[in-house]
Amino acid sequence: MIFMDGYLYYPGCTLKTKASDYEESAMAIMEALGKPLVEMDNWYCCGAVQSLTTDDLIHQIAPIRTMCCAQEQGEKVLVTLCDMCYNVLKQANQRMKDQPDDLDTMNDFLDEDPDYLGEVEVYHLFEILRDMKKEISKKVVKPLNNLKITPYYGCMLLRPTGIAIDDTEDPKIMEELLGQIGVDVIDNPKRTECCGSYHTVNRSDIVEKRVEDLVARAVEDGADAIALSCPLCQFNLDYHQRTTDYEIPIFYLTELIALAFGLEVGMKKHWVDPKKMLKEKNILK
Amino acid sequence: MKVNPDHTFLEKVEELSGQSVNACIRCGTCSAGCPFVKEMDVLPERIFKKIVLGDKEGILEKNTMWICAACFTCSVRCPRDIDIAKIMEAVRQIVLRDNIDMIDISKIENIENLPQLAVVGCLRKETG
Repeated sequence: MIFMDGYLYYPGCTLKTKASDYEESAMAIMEALGKPLVEMDNWYCCGAVQSLTTDDLIHQIAPIRTMCCAQEQGEKVLVTLCDMCYNVLKQANQRMKDQPDDLDTMNDFLDEDPDYLGEVEVYHLFEILRDMKKEISKKVVKPLNNLKITPYYGCMLLRPTGIAIDDTEDPKIMEELLGQIGVDVIDNPKRTECCGSYHTVNRSDIVEKRVEDLVARAVEDGADAIALSCPLCQFNLDYHQRTTDYEIPIFYLTELIALAFGLEVGMKKHWVDPKKMLKEKNILK
Repeated sequence: MKVNPDHTFLEKVEELSGQSVNACIRCGTCSAGCPFVKEMDVLPERIFKKIVLGDKEGILEKNTMWICAACFTCSVRCPRDIDIAKIMEAVRQIVLRDNIDMIDISKIENIENLPQLAVVGCLRKETG
């Protein structure tokens, strides 16, 4: 293992651009926890959405090429931050494990040498954090006691069942992590409902209705803000609030963990400025 | 509803999805949990009935498969273990493979603000 003290990290396209707040805050907290995220030497765009037809091996090439890159670096564990990357890499990788014929076809096609053996495992950052609760508690210097936060999972961490990081209908991983940093966790019965996803490109009216519904519930239940991890959910819930009566910050969970660690990172590219609320709550000066 | 007894559409959908459309009992669990059902011309379980009966035209003129965003909520809840998202994908693919795109990349509004994964995802689902 090359990174005994850290994790090999796959960023994907959006983490390097629109969602750089997420990358910055995730890198900062993992560094603080002594398990830094080390970006892969080489990686490819995953394709964002998993192709679901039986005859579509062509669409599995990009994610499997990335798995080859991880294998080449001698790693068995590959960590993602983006929920959509997690979902696509995990589903494509799972297909190679479940269907050896597909793996053979893929290896015949790919130039990469040696062949991909199907032995790398894909993890989402939250799965790593779930196993580091004690370490997280020890690093909290500023518990966020007077913040009321409701978690939002969306789809890609929980469905389909075979790749879920937690119970598909009743996940708790985010609630537990929020509890770890002292947050007053607000229950969210809508936390696994889709935000509208890529309809934001050409059917934004649908996304606006979803966002109105999801944010209204959070506000009615007393939340100061929503915490999540998917960059597409973050954009939809953040940007499309402009068509609603609401204006609450949409945090990456890692930004909140960083705040509790005494680190002010991320929080630069939000549409609803989270710093305004944090100043009102005397969490930031 | 048009009924086409040759069932080639059903066979194609089942081949592309790897799912048995006939297993659907039209219980409506998929529609009950779908966050987009209000936007759909026809409910998902009604689409499955049309597939079984070979009513290809009656399906392709509806918006149901394009409103489905593959969130997999129905797939994990179906009591008949049908991966419904795969059936919707198969119907989308049948259209897209006839060289019919649902989005023109040059006409995307607000593209400077959109996150990359939204654009990539949309183009993957709505162009051939």
